Amino acid sequence: MARSVTTQRKILNTAAAWAIGLLIFFPILWTILTSFKTEAEAIASPPIFLNFDWTLENYAIVQERSNYMRFLWNSVIIAGGSTVLGIIIAVPAAWSMAFVPSKRTKDILMWMLSTKMLPAVGVLYPIYLLCIQLGVLDNRLAMVVILMLINLPIIVWMLYTYFREIPGEILEAARMDGATLKEELLYILTPMAVPGIASTLLLNFILAWNEAFWTLNLTSVDAAPLTAFIASYSSPEGLFFAKLSAASTMAIAPILILGWFSQKQLVRGLTFGAVK
Amino acid sequence: MATQHSRSAARIMMAPAVFVLLVWMLVPLTMTLYFSFKKYLPLRGGDLGWVGFDNYVRFVTSSAFWPAVQTTLVIVGGVLLITVVLGILLALLLDQPMWGQGVVRILVIAPFFVMPTVSALVWKNMFMDPVNGLFAHLWRFFGAEPVSWLSDASLASIIMIVSWQWLPFATLILLTAIQSLDSEQLEAAEMDGAPPLKRFYHIILPHMSRAITIVILIQTIFLLAIFAEIFVTTGGAFGTRTLTYLIYQRVLESQNVGLGSAGGVYAIILANIVALFLMRIVGKNLDA
Repeated sequence: MARSVTTQRKILNTAAAWAIGLLIFFPILWTILTSFKTEAEAIASPPIFLNFDWTLENYAIVQERSNYMRFLWNSVIIAGGSTVLGIIIAVPAAWSMAFVPSKRTKDILMWMLSTKMLPAVGVLYPIYLLCIQLGVLDNRLAMVVILMLINLPIIVWMLYTYFREIPGEILEAARMDGATLKEELLYILTPMAVPGIASTLLLNFILAWNEAFWTLNLTSVDAAPLTAFIASYSSPEGLFFAKLSAASTMAIAPILILGWFSQKQLVRGLTFGAVK
Repeated sequence: MATQHSRSAARIMMAPAVFVLLVWMLVPLTMTLYFSFKKYLPLRGGDLGWVGFDNYVRFVTSSAFWPAVQTTLVIVGGVLLITVVLGILLALLLDQPMWGQGVVRILVIAPFFVMPTVSALVWKNMFMDPVNGLFAHLWRFFGAEPVSWLSDASLASIIMIVSWQWLPFATLILLTAIQSLDSEQLEAAEMDGAPPLKRFYHIILPHMSRAITIVILIQTIFLLAIFAEIFVTTGGAFGTRTLTYLIYQRVLESQNVGLGSAGGVYAIILANIVALFLMRIVGKNLDA
């Protein structure tokens, strides 16, 4: 907003906003700091903030004791796989809805949205039973498929809102200039669609990474991602603050970094285009 | 521009997405409905036949039902109240001119990207632990007796953890809404001498009302389903058993599938009522 304010006002705003921002961020900061302490320093009274002997031993211990890499790998495969699979299925659908809309397009979109509203616990047992019967309980591929289905409505919706912003006139102009369908797709539509697809990819990767209902209930050892890895610290290992912090930091660091790039898409993706 | 040919192509392009979602919705739903009319105990005799609406009646008349409804309402209502009110205030603040706005935004949004099991466990152990938690240190510093948060103030603790996770979402969406406000309108009001509070009530708040509604509806759908936060903190003890958690316990812990499925159907109906309102708003936006 281009309103002029006094410097004094601006200083006040800045101080207030930073204080609140740091307060909200503090639990994350504290977790990261604690991960570099020894266990004794982590529970020292009064708490130590910065002047401790920084150590990496917690990271080594967590990795050694619980094979962190395996959980990380599962998270990458499940979140990445489900997102890519979802995009592959959703791009053609969103594309056709955006460029060849019919009377039923809106109904289909709304129906897809309604499947997202289905409470997971309402279908927990059927899915659990199906997984057992198909022999895919605690199976990575099954988790990829399930998380893909969970996020597919959001993926279709996000892509649809992005594609709809590509003006149809450009296509017509290209056609008048004699572009073939292949050229039209390759040189005009694809470059315009890439940013939207990338944003969708990013947000849904984050959502799948943090998903903690199906991953907790349907995995145990082989397919367990980081959500389940952390849940296993619930007790009594969780009382070793430094190790809990190291494990937590490793579980959230990749997503925190990705998340910072996806602020804008977050709003659009999670409100189904209703707030932009 | 849509020819007959492109129409049929469009249908084919849509088919896979529609098909997988249709299967994903219909198969488990049908199974849940089917189980809900049966006495089905996988570990104690298996399928014991049809029982009509018995499970539905037993689910709502069990002693755990009303407390669970109450817990659910308190958690959803409490988190909504906190996140919406603080979200509005925070969005207003972040909209003001300041130095380092981008960094503050990042700090505020960060909790949303923390996976639920991590935030629940970090809060539970490192902040709310009655011996070594940071709150215990703080309480002792002021000479007070540390509180066993998750057993003595369990609901408030859960509300606090979940609010911390969802405040960024509310703030971000409300901030986006404020930023789309036409600043000329505000300037005109300012020049006419409207005090800040009046400007807020008559210009900003009406402009945000749609975004607020959307925040409430979307959060309600997610909050009705919170699971991990309870799973790793109290495990449903100390009066924190929500409807979702109750159904989970019936179905997977005590393996009373018929009863749990009836509960699942109730949960589905409840979520659909909320969803109906949300879809109406989103649908309106689609026509525009």
